[in-house]
Amino acid sequence: MAVATRGRLAVADSAHVERSRRREATRHRFGRAGLYLFAIGSALAAALPFVWGTITAFKEDADLYNSENNPFVFNLDPTGEHVSFLFTDTDFVTFAVNTLWVGLLVAALTLAVGLPAAYSLARLNMRWSGALGIAIFFVYLVPPTLLFISLTRVVAILGLQDSTWSLIVIYPTITIPVSVWLLIGFLKAIPRDLEEQAMVDGYSRLTAFLRIVIPLALPGIVAVVVFAFTLTAHEFIYALAFISPTEAKTISIGVPTELIRGDVFFWQSLQAAAILVAVPIAFAFNLLLGRFITGFTMGAVKG
Amino acid sequence: MTPLQHGRRRLADRESVLAPLFLLPAVVYIIALVGFPLLLALAFAFSDVTVGNPSFDWVGFDNFQAIFDDSVFWRSLRNTLIFTVISMALTVVLAKALAMILIADFRFKWVVRFLVLLPWTTPVALSAVAWLWMLDSVYSPIDWVLRSLGFIESNVYWLGKDTLAMASVIAVHTWRIVPLAAVIILAGLISIPDDIKDAAEVDGAGFWRKLWEITIPLTLPVIAVATLFGAVLTFTDMSVVYILTRGGPENATQVLPSYAFLKGIGSGDLAQGAAIALFLFPLLLAAAVAILRSVKKMETF
Repeated sequence: MAVATRGRLAVADSAHVERSRRREATRHRFGRAGLYLFAIGSALAAALPFVWGTITAFKEDADLYNSENNPFVFNLDPTGEHVSFLFTDTDFVTFAVNTLWVGLLVAALTLAVGLPAAYSLARLNMRWSGALGIAIFFVYLVPPTLLFISLTRVVAILGLQDSTWSLIVIYPTITIPVSVWLLIGFLKAIPRDLEEQAMVDGYSRLTAFLRIVIPLALPGIVAVVVFAFTLTAHEFIYALAFISPTEAKTISIGVPTELIRGDVFFWQSLQAAAILVAVPIAFAFNLLLGRFITGFTMGAVKG
Repeated sequence: MTPLQHGRRRLADRESVLAPLFLLPAVVYIIALVGFPLLLALAFAFSDVTVGNPSFDWVGFDNFQAIFDDSVFWRSLRNTLIFTVISMALTVVLAKALAMILIADFRFKWVVRFLVLLPWTTPVALSAVAWLWMLDSVYSPIDWVLRSLGFIESNVYWLGKDTLAMASVIAVHTWRIVPLAAVIILAGLISIPDDIKDAAEVDGAGFWRKLWEITIPLTLPVIAVATLFGAVLTFTDMSVVYILTRGGPENATQVLPSYAFLKGIGSGDLAQGAAIALFLFPLLLAAAVAILRSVKKMETF
């Protein structure tokens, strides 16, 4: 009797286990399906304007400007003429060169000023270094929209208006605070022993910083360089306020102001320009995403 | 070793000299080109400086008097608040969901990651131009789909009607901000200790219970930081508004920054523009204090 009960219990038990295992599996399958569904949905929502932009860039005028045509397919054969128009008949190349030139100098200036500052805050003992670190970060929160009006005067007084130099001088006010904050995280991750050993071997603190610390901080330096270039490509308000001649414009103001002339929109070329700029920057960002996340958590949580 | 070299070495070793010396260029740069312009902006707001006549004359509260009598200013202030509150509410929910995807493992994840980050990595001027085309009054593909499905007879004219234009601006801005907020939240999710996740797994906690009882409480401070960052980027931004609508139709989407730009640079009245932009400051200060508090809370983990 007792044995039989126990047997029945065991059977009921294993059936129960089996049921709950199956329920678990179903839940898991639903979870995966939901995950994929949501992932594909958000990828589509994020990329839709670019997908349509890519199709647009290769369309004939007659195909594009017919509101009855299906906008997502080629009703006429695709053409590359609007993409080549971008390079031959507009100043897109000038804008791109200006952006790279400004980005390069902004990166150099940011590193020259930011690296020593970050090292000072991360390593050297100083009163107020914690408070200063936070203060430098909060400078980042002072928005361009609050400063562009008075900076327009400052730039005019310095004689830099309508020149790319205005951007080269002003952009580091944005990149330095962020870079110092990012670099503090990277510098703190370098073991102190390495510098101390170098100093025992006869290096001064300064040469230890130059010869040991800077090479080891290379990933952080790369992150700062990428940040400087992307900021230069992204920034809109200062560039719009400081620069009006075509030959000094960067991508971000050149494309929307010069490829839209009054009521005439060069839609295919505009979309081509957007894609040509968006894709390389997105690649650089994706490569560095992990580093940015580490930099952020190290700077914020353990700062 | 000569005495001179010795002296130089000692100097290069002394932290009490090196530390301030290393910090000096950054501090000077920030004071000269952020601190000084900030004070200058404050001074401009009480002056009659224009692009044409840059000489400084003190006019007291005249600019503020003019602003308070200006109905467009009040409209911009209201629009700024609506714009910020609605886009932040949407951003928190969407970014949290997106962060859960970015932390999960699945096939072709890098493709999804690449695509969902595009709105943030693309320069805003260019993505706004892409949206301008999406929302075109005649050739909008959204309208084409709606027409083909029989939902509408004629085109919606997204940027031409007050409420729709505002909704479009909010949607495009949210679309752009969500990936950034998601990445910040992702950083917070990654920092949740594994043993807590394992314990929840062993206890058989389901997805929703884990979400409500573990991930959300533990990432609350980082979600707060992401939201506040987003809020600062939202109420100080004018790029989306400037490119999509220029504040129109009839100032229906005018926000404080775009109105300050219109007055200050557009019509060259630097003083009025500065006075309008100054109203961003209280909002900014509140956000800064709130961020500082959230970061403090994160440190106590």
